[in-house]
Amino acid sequence: MMWWWWGAGHAGCEAAHAAARMGCRTLLCTTDLDKLAQMSCNPSIGGPAKSHLVREIDALGGVMARVADRSFIQIRMLNESKGPAVQAMRVQADKRLYARLMKETLEATPGLHLRQAMIERILPFWRGKPGDGAGSSSPLFDPVRSLIAPGAQIFAVVTSLQRVYYARALVLTTGTFLRGRLITGQTVWKGGRIGEPPSEELAEDLASLGFPLVRLKTGTPPRIDATTIDFARTEPQHGSRTPLYFGHYYGAWQERQEVDSPPVFPFRTPPAPVYPHPMLDGWRGQLPCYLVSTNARFHELIRANLDRAPLFSGIIEGVGPRYCPSIEDKIVRFADKERHNLFLEPEGWSTHEVYVQGGNTSLPEDVQWDMLRTIPALRNVELMRIGYAIEYDAVATGEINADMSARRLPGLYLAGQINRTTGYEEAAAQGMMAGINAGRFLRGQPAVLLRRDEAYIGVLLDDLVTREIHEPYRMFTSRAEHRLLMRCDNADIRLTPLAYELGLVSAERAAVVEQKRAQSEELSARLAGWRVFPNAATNALLAEAGLAPLTNDTTAEGLLRRPEVTYRQIQAPLGLPDAPDDVVEQVELRACYGSYIGRQQHEADRLRRMESRRIPADLDYDQLKGLRAEARHWLKHFRPATLGQASRLAGVNPADVAILLVALERRGEGLPAGKG
Amino acid sequence: MMYDDTIAAIATPPGEGGVGIVRLSGSHSLPIAQAIFRPRRPGPLRSHRVRYGQVVDPSDGRVVDEVLAVLMQAPRSFTGEDVVELSGHGGTLVMQEVLGLTLAAGARLAHPGEFSMRAFLNGRMDLTQAEAILDIIQAQTSTGLALAQAQLGGWLAREVRRIRTDLLEALAYVTVTIDFPEDEVDPQDLAPTLTACRQAVEHLLATADQGVIYRQGARVVLLGRPNVGKSSLLNALLRTNRAIVTPIPGTTRDTLEETANLDGIPVVLVDTAGISESADPIERLGVERSREALALADLALLVLDIHQPVSRDDRQIAELTLEKPTLVVWNKADLEPGHAPPHFPFAHPHLVGNVATSALTGAGMEDLVRTIVGALSVQGTAPGGSHLVTNPRHREVLSRAAAGLRAATEGQAAGVPADLLAGDLTTALNALGEITGETITDDLLDTIFSRFCIGK
Repeated sequence: MMWWWWGAGHAGCEAAHAAARMGCRTLLCTTDLDKLAQMSCNPSIGGPAKSHLVREIDALGGVMARVADRSFIQIRMLNESKGPAVQAMRVQADKRLYARLMKETLEATPGLHLRQAMIERILPFWRGKPGDGAGSSSPLFDPVRSLIAPGAQIFAVVTSLQRVYYARALVLTTGTFLRGRLITGQTVWKGGRIGEPPSEELAEDLASLGFPLVRLKTGTPPRIDATTIDFARTEPQHGSRTPLYFGHYYGAWQERQEVDSPPVFPFRTPPAPVYPHPMLDGWRGQLPCYLVSTNARFHELIRANLDRAPLFSGIIEGVGPRYCPSIEDKIVRFADKERHNLFLEPEGWSTHEVYVQGGNTSLPEDVQWDMLRTIPALRNVELMRIGYAIEYDAVATGEINADMSARRLPGLYLAGQINRTTGYEEAAAQGMMAGINAGRFLRGQPAVLLRRDEAYIGVLLDDLVTREIHEPYRMFTSRAEHRLLMRCDNADIRLTPLAYELGLVSAERAAVVEQKRAQSEELSARLAGWRVFPNAATNALLAEAGLAPLTNDTTAEGLLRRPEVTYRQIQAPLGLPDAPDDVVEQVELRACYGSYIGRQQHEADRLRRMESRRIPADLDYDQLKGLRAEARHWLKHFRPATLGQASRLAGVNPADVAILLVALERRGEGLPAGKG
Repeated sequence: MMYDDTIAAIATPPGEGGVGIVRLSGSHSLPIAQAIFRPRRPGPLRSHRVRYGQVVDPSDGRVVDEVLAVLMQAPRSFTGEDVVELSGHGGTLVMQEVLGLTLAAGARLAHPGEFSMRAFLNGRMDLTQAEAILDIIQAQTSTGLALAQAQLGGWLAREVRRIRTDLLEALAYVTVTIDFPEDEVDPQDLAPTLTACRQAVEHLLATADQGVIYRQGARVVLLGRPNVGKSSLLNALLRTNRAIVTPIPGTTRDTLEETANLDGIPVVLVDTAGISESADPIERLGVERSREALALADLALLVLDIHQPVSRDDRQIAELTLEKPTLVVWNKADLEPGHAPPHFPFAHPHLVGNVATSALTGAGMEDLVRTIVGALSVQGTAPGGSHLVTNPRHREVLSRAAAGLRAATEGQAAGVPADLLAGDLTTALNALGEITGETITDDLLDTIFSRFCIGK
């Protein structure tokens, strides 16, 4: 089996890794092998909803979490008090180290070949495609004609050096490179990232294959020199004092360190001495980030130069994300806000380059210098790289199926920014699913779809194929209506069994997860029936553990339901069985939030039948009597994979769904979809 | 089957008929029916046997209607599922109340065409029939939409949108603190907003509980000297509200009675006009007849001519009404548009309003209807309520919204984590969205990005 990629960003790396793990011969092509999974923008991974994606990728056997865990210079827990389902982690990664470790990980993956090559063209060929006469005729096609089964399709991929590769499936992860234009002030130049050429021909090929393209925009802030920062005038923000990881590591209680153990501290040398207050005595060495804020002069400078801001002068046409506005945008839109925070984030353990989080801008370079220098801590600052905006092409909605495959070309998969998303985590999640489903396609197996109540990845992919998206799409917790079911702490229980079925994780790991699930359910059941009586002996033991005495009969579960009570506190007094930490966590959550979780589970179950009814890809909506014109339009645009997706389309009402269902029954299709 | 739940709907055509049927279909049809049906002779419902009995409100034991109940067990039913049909007396209000009881007992209101769809999916209907129902589904949906939109033009949608906007802002704040934990957001105290929204929804729900007025209607007596325009006022009230519901049988023909539907309340308007013009002022006013009419009335309309000074006759008539809630109507305000009602010069312990109208031009009529409805509502549960929720679907949706808001306000007071609060607010917003047809996600993000400066 042959495979090609173009693009080895966060989507491409996950896709290639997953496909190779599934046993496909996989080639990963990219313009610069030293920039695998390059963090082109902020040096951080995670945050609310995004960290759920990272955990899920890991539960599916992906690489992002593990590479992040080995390369972070800081990790923090966010939303600790805001509910179990929205707790999130974020790391500051060492950018260079992240790329290096990603390369090492992929190099060590059997069946995965890395190649530095610039792909210029994609040409689909087929031999005797039904209804299309004899098939393609091109000299490019001749060398492989005899190798292709009649009716099958193959892609020829041409590099900038005119080398031709052939592949039966192709995953395109173009990032911001499709006709990329970088913009700073009045200057516009071609590029996919600063210092790297864009991809012009590929965009043309996609357009000529019929893909409608849209123009999007994003931006990045300046990088500044740490030696020119007056850190005494900043406020340091430290990482977590307790160990935290994105990945699922079971070594600690499995007593099988070789299966999966947390990574050891990777930095053998001290951090760059320029950064004050490093945390070197904890469980792991960490660097702080440093907080500063803008001021009135900063804002005045921006206002005085708005005529030179490409965002307002009309140079930028692409649509940018509202949740990641440039600093000039924030100052114009929220004019009464007197100051905005800027977070100075070291880009690595030993580099002096510092990322100015929140200072995303495309103002001219001189304004960037001047405005940053209004901040006391940055009065002598020097910019190492300037901020810029970037416009790029993406494929319009309605072009991909729920399994990430392109509707126009079987065998072609799209993932990442080309699907109008933003964010490393969103890209990696799509890459993961594109890799899995391309692998399934090659083997003639049905696609794997995750439901909205199963994973944030499911929500992400479902949104991409059911919603008209006008700005780069980012994951939020509020997009997940069943989020109490999809917590970071149960990502493995939700997804690792599937990963094992797909061949993405080992049997040992699957067994460990199954043990966690079974053990926690068993313990919960035991606690529910574990009677506790308010007698003197029990109350004395509880008082010893620092807990209020009992006044009524209850159960161990009832006690745990009190928010201040932990399992470890009552374990000894009540003589409860010992259990591993991650089992205890599940049991505590179930006791505390069981009623909320139960309600969402009920709602999800109610909708499940709709979700499991698949709609065949060749259903002819024009032949369906009774559909309203609006419903017909959106059904044809998005071609939903399931009845559930159809019902979520704006413009499709319950009666339209009923008509669809009748049509499916009539064909004898729409049978419940399995995962396999 | 799309869902596992049990659906219910009025199966007979809308409007007045001799018989009306509420149909239940789904696995819980029987328990739901048993919760509200009291057979004349005790014993279980058996499949395909007709039972006579009463539909009873389980919350207070009140008898709603006499019905025939039929159970058709799966698969021998129209839909192929367990079906129960309750055949009652066919009045719109009664049937809606029976339907409301099935929803309260756990059924879900059926979508248009859903019975037919279940029938088809369970093999109870062949393809030809299935094709035929598509058109019907279509037609029903259009009608349903038109009806819904007609209601949505009105006060309910306005009120629900107002509540929804406030709730959306509260949810936006909670969501911002979750999704953007490191952005600077000014802390907000949500308690006042949540409490206000909860009260507003509960108020709407309370109006829906005013069953008394719906079942029995209300009697409103028009009193006044001859030639103040009582008859034309009555006709104007009938005219502005063409949808005339069940005429509730009058007890006396001595007075002129007409039934109008005032915002969903069937109101019997009693005109005391037509009384002989005698020299004796007492007899001329037909005091005795007026007294009789008043005794049965829920509200008196004291009609005065805005252009004439208040006379001794007016005073005598006013004295008849001292025991009843009384609304003073200054009629013939057509000559001076926008005329504010004059001050009513007599003391009256139950005065509920003072309005100026013109039966001729229609000026002030809306105000009059609103005041009448408001005054009648006062006797129920909603103080000063000017509108009533009449539709069982709205009622069901509102009770879900109220439950979400109760959980939210209680949770907020108890300090539950933000995420769980967001869940309860979402439940309430989703329910309200079913009335206005709006979904949350995009609205929420729009609210967030327009109100909070996001982007660490």
